[in-house]
Amino acid sequence: MSLLEVRDLEVHFPIKAGTLFQRTVGAVKAVDGVDLDIEAGTTFGLVGESGCGKSTLGRAVMRLIEPTKGSVKLDGQDILSLSERRMRAVRRQFQMVFQDPMASLDPRQSVESLLTEPLRAHKFPGGSAGHAKRVRELLDVVGLPESVVNRYPHEFSGGQRQRLGIARALALNPALIIADEPVSALDVSIQAQVINLLKELQERFSLTYVVIAHDLAVVRHISKTVAVMYLGGIVEQAPSADLYRQPLHPYTKALMSAVPVPDPNVEETRSRILLQGDLPSPANPPAGCRFHTRCPWKQASRCDTERPTLRELPLVAPGHKVACHYAEDILAGKITPHEVKPEEVELTPAAEGPGSIEATEAHVAGGLTPGGPPGAR
Amino acid sequence: MSVNEVVAGEPGGPAPATTEAAARPPSSLGREALHRLVRNPMAVVGMVLISIFVLVAIFAPLIAPYSPTDNSWLDQVRPGQYPGPSAEHWLGIDPLGRDVFSRIIYGARQSLLIGVVSLALGAVAGIALGVLAGAFGGWVDTVVMRFVDIMLSVPGLLFAIAVAAMLGQSLTSVMIAIAVVNVPIFARLLRGEMLGQRGADYVLAARSLGISRSAIVFRHVLPNSFTPVIVQGTLTLALAIVEAAGLAFLGLSGSDPSAPEWGRMLTDAQETLTSAPMLAIYPGLAIVLAALGFTLVGESLREALDPKFRR
Repeated sequence: MSLLEVRDLEVHFPIKAGTLFQRTVGAVKAVDGVDLDIEAGTTFGLVGESGCGKSTLGRAVMRLIEPTKGSVKLDGQDILSLSERRMRAVRRQFQMVFQDPMASLDPRQSVESLLTEPLRAHKFPGGSAGHAKRVRELLDVVGLPESVVNRYPHEFSGGQRQRLGIARALALNPALIIADEPVSALDVSIQAQVINLLKELQERFSLTYVVIAHDLAVVRHISKTVAVMYLGGIVEQAPSADLYRQPLHPYTKALMSAVPVPDPNVEETRSRILLQGDLPSPANPPAGCRFHTRCPWKQASRCDTERPTLRELPLVAPGHKVACHYAEDILAGKITPHEVKPEEVELTPAAEGPGSIEATEAHVAGGLTPGGPPGAR
Repeated sequence: MSVNEVVAGEPGGPAPATTEAAARPPSSLGREALHRLVRNPMAVVGMVLISIFVLVAIFAPLIAPYSPTDNSWLDQVRPGQYPGPSAEHWLGIDPLGRDVFSRIIYGARQSLLIGVVSLALGAVAGIALGVLAGAFGGWVDTVVMRFVDIMLSVPGLLFAIAVAAMLGQSLTSVMIAIAVVNVPIFARLLRGEMLGQRGADYVLAARSLGISRSAIVFRHVLPNSFTPVIVQGTLTLALAIVEAAGLAFLGLSGSDPSAPEWGRMLTDAQETLTSAPMLAIYPGLAIVLAALGFTLVGESLREALDPKFRR
């Protein structure tokens, strides 16, 4: 049985209008019908460009944002139906590691205080002596010396702060850790250290990870299964090696082709898919396949009318799922890519919904940046 | 590998961390801010002004050469002729034959008392409303903030006059009047700051750890929202002193007309402004210096606590 089971999860942020009496005029569909099955002890990678809803999905699973529809089962227990009090007790089973370690640590809390807080809140056994011992244990686990207990977050470097964030997440012995861009705010040299720490901790405490990231290399390195998200939905999901070797969905193909190859000969000759236009507004997503407005393989029928479901393509590899009507034909080479004229994206102010649709973070390598050279394929 | 990172530190990080740390006590944000504060000459000037002001208020009987209400020098006063500074009377004698220097010294007591009490009343009420609105949000926020908006829509001085007039001529009513004017300032400030902090990642982290709502508000959100309130407090103290003087100038102050008060001294000096302008300048200067002291400290505090300067 999976540790985490998510069914048809939807997070729609209402768009309100009106000065005195507010009425809902629409919704930003940040997450729009996502299913997840995550097995215990594995790492699940979630990739996608800025604004695709991957952070919102992570937070909705943790019930930090209330989902509008769907179910989330942790270890068989439906957590969305729990009362606030019961929910607080369940929270010890899953924890979150945040992107910006400075922002996720209270600047006024010393290390001791920030690590003791969850222990006290959940009445961790051992009293204050036991808590003090646990704090030192946690620091040791993440590779920080005991002497830092009386120091404050601003006295640490970025990598050290992220270690503190990880130590805090581990405090209550959770089964599942959702890491939302755990390394993207860190220097490249520190990224590897933190990722290796995460891997080491996984083996040591048999943790299950959901790693949300836009860095394809990071996700590939750490994940067993990878899901690609586009505009609130998962478009492809496969075992990590399969996905990187043979992407099926046109969007995934474009993503992968944006990853530079460290071989100048290959790099010069390989074909790259440059997507045209911008990510459509999640307040007004395209009908049918969400990707059809930018898809170089778009066909005349079905693509713009019928939303493809995530289905398994057994002929490729077990567990390789894709949400594309024409995945087989594309794979077989029956359909060839064509030019795409960028469609005007309707810009609504509501595109920056409440919460976590990041607007400024770095993009998935170069290929997805809006305004790239036209027709550069 | 990981230990190396701790010892060596990273470029841009808080340099050689552990080596220095052994000698240095752990520095909280507050201590660092204090450190920055004492190195700012503006803050030092402000603190000196405030200290003088407070010491004078406390030790007024020891400093003042005469009683502020003693009018034994009435015989030296003739209409249009008021004795100026002399060895016995440093700042001269007022039209009622009282020693001006002694009155200025005792006036500090009154100003400080009004300032501190009205600030405390206004801040406590404002902070309570702000916490209510900022912690609950939703309709509680709407109701509280509309109430505060109503308070804010009435001009401050006018409101104070109305309160003082309603409650009668007494020091208490002056303090309440000034306090009431300050309530919306604190309420709005704290509420806005708390709403901002509520969306911060560390609040999200605390929620994901299963920390209770009230603990998040009182242990995390409130302490992190308090800095601007402290700054506003010092600035408000300056304003309260000026407002108290303004109310006294308009005739709204304690019931005893002979009590030494800078604002009332200004009013009295008005009548003799052409023949003895200095009688207006002394209390005016006292008000300005006291208010300046608090303003300087307030502004330097704002700078010292600003996270932009934090490193």
